Amino acid sequence: MTHLLTLIVVLPLAGAVLNGLFATRLAAAPFGRTFVTVVGCGLPIVSFALAVRGFLEIAATGGPLVEVAYTWAQIGERSFEIGFYLDRLSAVMALIVTGVGSVIHIYSIGYMHDDKSYARFFAYLNLFLFFMLSLVLGRSLLVLFVGWEGVGLASYLLIGFWFDDPANAAAGKKAFITNRIGDAGFLLGMFLLYWAFGTLDMDKINAAFTSGPAPVVSASLAGILLFIGASGKSAQIPLHVWLPDAMAGPTPVSALIHAATMVTAGVYLVARMSGLYLQAPEASMVVAVIGAATAFFAATIAVAQSDIKKVLAYSTVSQLGFMFVALGVGAYGVGIFHVYTHAFFKACLFLGAGSVIHALAGEQDIRKMGGLAKKIPVTFWTFAIATAAIAGIPPLAGFWSKDEILWNAFASSAGGSPVLWAVMAATALMTAFYMFRLLWLVFLTPSRMEPKVEHHVHESPLSMTGVLMILAALSAVGGLVALPHFLEPLLPLAKTPETLHHYEVPLLIFSVAIALAGLAGAWFVYGGGTERSARLAARFAALHRLLYNKYFVDEAYERCIGRPLVWLSDRVFLNLGDRVLLDGSLNGLARLAQRTAGVLSRVQTGNLHLYALFVLAGGIAVLAWSFRHG
Amino acid sequence: MDKVQFLLLVAVALFAVGLAGVIIRRNLLVMLMCMELMMNGVNLSLVTFAQQTGTAAGAVLVFLIFVVAAAEIAIAIPIVLLLVRRKHTLEADAFGDLKG
Repeated sequence: MTHLLTLIVVLPLAGAVLNGLFATRLAAAPFGRTFVTVVGCGLPIVSFALAVRGFLEIAATGGPLVEVAYTWAQIGERSFEIGFYLDRLSAVMALIVTGVGSVIHIYSIGYMHDDKSYARFFAYLNLFLFFMLSLVLGRSLLVLFVGWEGVGLASYLLIGFWFDDPANAAAGKKAFITNRIGDAGFLLGMFLLYWAFGTLDMDKINAAFTSGPAPVVSASLAGILLFIGASGKSAQIPLHVWLPDAMAGPTPVSALIHAATMVTAGVYLVARMSGLYLQAPEASMVVAVIGAATAFFAATIAVAQSDIKKVLAYSTVSQLGFMFVALGVGAYGVGIFHVYTHAFFKACLFLGAGSVIHALAGEQDIRKMGGLAKKIPVTFWTFAIATAAIAGIPPLAGFWSKDEILWNAFASSAGGSPVLWAVMAATALMTAFYMFRLLWLVFLTPSRMEPKVEHHVHESPLSMTGVLMILAALSAVGGLVALPHFLEPLLPLAKTPETLHHYEVPLLIFSVAIALAGLAGAWFVYGGGTERSARLAARFAALHRLLYNKYFVDEAYERCIGRPLVWLSDRVFLNLGDRVLLDGSLNGLARLAQRTAGVLSRVQTGNLHLYALFVLAGGIAVLAWSFRHG
Repeated sequence: MDKVQFLLLVAVALFAVGLAGVIIRRNLLVMLMCMELMMNGVNLSLVTFAQQTGTAAGAVLVFLIFVVAAAEIAIAIPIVLLLVRRKHTLEADAFGDLKG
């Protein structure tokens, strides 16, 4: 097949166009809903099948597939092409995106069943897949950037999907604007690389860094600029504030975009540019430190949240931090491995949360849940498996990738250190704790539901529970794939000094112990109901308030950035610049014209004879003048 | 005083009488007539100069001007008629509505 990659990318776009253009008409048509479902879910599944085919092809031949779909611009010698590139890394990402994307589409059939904008939802989801696939498969940074912006747009549209509520619209805006800040860094990084190499093709840039003469550009500078972009998209400190608010969107969106795929774009970008980051120890250190800080702080916040989706959102931020730590210490394959396992269990958790919310008719507060294990058993079991997976209990998926990250954080010769390991281990402990806390509060403690809600709790339809079971199965066994070794030809493993190898087994045992300790801690605090946790919260009231309010980061941003900006815009730009300077000068000109006209209009007396006299005077003046000048 | 000078003097006199009429008289119809006088003064000078230089074109041009003037007055008179219908007066001062 000659246009395999183009097809993979374009098929979801076709779905978006079909459903998007005819959304309102389809809602009225008799088979409209079926049509939307078939197109909206069918095309991503075909895309997935094609991605599998491409994957098999490169697994057999080993070489990358390159496809140029279209030459965008030809400027002198240089051409900007929309080209797609499938190697092992992008194949893995494409499989995650289309695979997890497809099952979440199927889940949405049940979840969004009663929504009046059913077609619009599928159009947006397909649009997201299109942009995400061009991000993942794009050969040059330019195509990647188009996809990057496009997924931002799709994310904005979907966060504000229920835009009747101003809070949702505001959350969408916040996500978009926060991402813009990161994008500015990304763009600068792109300019810098283009200036240095004259190309934006990532394989060529990587090759230029790893072999050949020393490039004229500082790898660390370019690396840090690109990482600013990555930290915006992947919600790292200080640009993490948008992701928890993004949970305002429908739950399948939270699962697909804000957990499994889009937010890992930053991780993908850094892994894709690994050739650059290998030459940039300072940038790598920044990546590792930011990742570790984000992982730690987000985990502490997650411990105190009470909204089921907010807990999962902060857990996502924290897990993304884990991935960046792996990238920062040079274990790129391991970072992607965590992207892969995280996609399964986090999608499962979010969709499970969606199933819970669906069952409780929209309730998201875990303080008003409890005792759901018996009532919605499928959701409970799948949620429990995914929880154990993210907590790192062997042999579930999360254990393998997280243990690899911890090991590399400890032992990598490219920035690993015991301190980094200790921070990450503490984070892993908290991860296990807050995830099991969630499990207990939602499913196992005695019910705290309002009787009206409790009365009609029901298990979700098969299209939802089936997806949960698939994802739970993948969360269970997905870690058995040795992904870092599969990616090794492309992303070399981090070097670890021989002297540290005898720590490997003790560390492995320790990380299992951490996961179990988190489980035990959650059981101890929440096993007997909510009294003990309430006592704890009362004893550490100040700390609890700090964590519950997310370290007041939003408030601090509002005070340090938001208000000064508003003041500056209002006083300087609006009042001084716009009103006084611009409006003032224009109004002044208008007034001048008006006054001159006022003076001159006196000549227009309306007296015909006077005009004739003027004509006479003019004629005489002309005659006199022409006589004098002969 | 030869013939040419005499004719030119008559032309200037016609023009001056017409101009004075336009400036002094208030009646629209009289003003129009005075304008005709001015134009005929100019016409006369044109014919005179044409005679002096011996070209036939000048004489032909005068006929053209007569035709155009007839057409022009055929438009001007109805306009005056409409104005009079509106204000019931021929006084030019009555029509100063557009003054600044």
